[in-house]
Amino acid sequence: MALNLFEDKGCPLDRQRFTWKELVQPPISKLDDDAFTRVRVILMNGMEMEAIRFSHGCARMNRKWQLPLAQLRIVEQHQATMINGLLGADHSILETTIAYEQVAIEVTAAVAQNEPDEYLAQVYRFGMLEDFDHLYRYSAMLDRLEGKDANNILQCYTDIVPGRPTIVEHRAPQDNLREHYDRLRAAPITKLHALTIMSSEQQTQNFYLNVAPLYADPVVRQLYTEIASIEEQHVTQYESIIDPKETWLEKWLLHEANEVYNYYSCVQQETNPRIKAIWERCLDYELGHLQVAMNMFKQYERRDPAEILPGDLPEPIKFESQREFVRRILNQEVDLRALGTQFVNKSQEGVESQQYRQHLNASGSPTDMVAAGYEWFAGTELARDGEITREKYTRGHKITH
Amino acid sequence: MDKTTVLGKNRSGIDISPIDIKEMMALAKVTPASSSGDEQAIAQMRQEYIAGADVLGSVPLPSTLKGMASTAMEKLMGKSPEGFIDKLGCRLAFERTGVRLYDALITKCSAAPMGAHIPLDRLHEFRNEEFQHFKLVENVIRSIGADPTAQTPSADVDGVISLGLIQVLTDPRTSVAHCLEAMLTAELADNDGWRMLIMLAEKMGMEDMARDFQQALREEDEHLVSIRQWFKEMVIKDTVGT
Ligand SMILES: [Fe+2]
Ligand SMILES: [Fe+2]
Ligand SMILES: [Fe+2]
Ligand SMILES: [Fe+2]
Ligand SMILES: [Fe+2]
Ligand SMILES: [Fe+2]
Repeated sequence: MALNLFEDKGCPLDRQRFTWKELVQPPISKLDDDAFTRVRVILMNGMEMEAIRFSHGCARMNRKWQLPLAQLRIVEQHQATMINGLLGADHSILETTIAYEQVAIEVTAAVAQNEPDEYLAQVYRFGMLEDFDHLYRYSAMLDRLEGKDANNILQCYTDIVPGRPTIVEHRAPQDNLREHYDRLRAAPITKLHALTIMSSEQQTQNFYLNVAPLYADPVVRQLYTEIASIEEQHVTQYESIIDPKETWLEKWLLHEANEVYNYYSCVQQETNPRIKAIWERCLDYELGHLQVAMNMFKQYERRDPAEILPGDLPEPIKFESQREFVRRILNQEVDLRALGTQFVNKSQEGVESQQYRQHLNASGSPTDMVAAGYEWFAGTELARDGEITREKYTRGHKITH
Repeated sequence: MDKTTVLGKNRSGIDISPIDIKEMMALAKVTPASSSGDEQAIAQMRQEYIAGADVLGSVPLPSTLKGMASTAMEKLMGKSPEGFIDKLGCRLAFERTGVRLYDALITKCSAAPMGAHIPLDRLHEFRNEEFQHFKLVENVIRSIGADPTAQTPSADVDGVISLGLIQVLTDPRTSVAHCLEAMLTAELADNDGWRMLIMLAEKMGMEDMARDFQQALREEDEHLVSIRQWFKEMVIKDTVGT
């Protein structure tokens, strides 16, 4: 199904309604559903959270649009709750965290390969290698705190080894800002990519901030604290690649178009039919939102939305393992550091970032400590040295193949 | 029949991705950890925090100690009443939560075909006994001049322990057997809790109180035996099919 943003008008806003029961549906199965179904659930929650944040920001600055914004925003709110509720409560917080980093790695890697702007592709690769390292740290923590294997969540789609070590990811603020795309020249997909990854990182930052105090263990609290600090840097990085000269209505238009694009990507690839129906419903709703935003754009800016949006949607985001790409980038770019808006070898890193980090890490780095000597193994580190245990249960039994 | 275990496409293990797992393991094998040491580093940091830690909170001072006299309280004087009050508060909280756990279990069983062959009237009995135990402890706490509405530190800890039980009992996807296992965990602790409390009451010289607690323990013994039996039967049926 090819979708046209100007012809497919979706569900009209006044027919976008829910009951509480529709908003709290049975969750996906942590054990049986494909990991990419969970990736999509988390990603789309991130899109909805950003829809709400943006709408509030816009309302605070624009009295005259407060009503239409409020009318749309309550739908975004309900979409967000419906989607976030698809995660089952049998996920421990750390298990959900593993899934958040899988989202960051796999989606950012897919975006990086599809991004036509070479500089921005580099920005995505840079951020991706940092989230890749977070996954390794959280995996060590999950094993050493709860005695669980992160691969139960990852389902072999994503590797668990160190990336750019989190301890060196801490940078002075001036090294977290990037060049932005030019709103007049950038391809539509470039704008959608930026919004997607920025939204995803923002929900990750919020999530880590919120959940850190839910753990009793100060070690886990420190771990979340350190990584949340990097997620803040990631939000700073990704929001700075978006052209600040876009008008409020232009941004609104792009937000709705991006929600359409992301739901469209989900609909195309969802393997769980029940979840697919949810994506289809949301896609229909977002097309309705886009109609509202386009009308506002025409009415107040007297501009044609076609100046900003393509008629036909770009190719969907690929939800699949990016293992080979990630490994190649890990090999080639792990030693990159940021200097201002540019990327340099670690030998050329600026003194400000080094000093900033030296102070933060003065009493040690939680990410280093929790993963001290940690090498992931299927069933994980206790399983690696498990020869004695295995013998104990097979002794005296004939093993048949 | 309420089948706890079904065969299906569980994707959490490595056997579903034989090729990918080889690649994953191979990479992990040749990639050293980025910092040296082992999980002792975690133990060390925990120890530092333990050394500097505060307590969860305190046991509230009974009003009798503030001036109001009671015969029961006199017996407690000279010993250390805060430990006893803490454990009484703990029992009260646990019994009150126990009522809610049984409510959830009754709902789960009622929703299962044939009530999962668990006698619902027995569950209702157990539920009401938990409620009576709650009222019993509430009266006891009041009789010694302490405040039954206060949350004591041990009650707080038991609340944290119970969180997982509540999650299992109220998840629509868990089976009756899963819930019975959660309930068994609760009843094992419940049972030991009462034995502990009886011992404390005796040591405190509160014989009447200990006698009332003995009656509660007899009922708790029945809870434990029944829940354990139902759980066992269900697991056996699920495993060997008879
Ligand atoms: Fe939305
Ligand atoms: Fe991350
Ligand atoms: Fe990130
Ligand atoms: Fe929307
Ligand atoms: Fe009880
Ligand atoms: Fe009981």
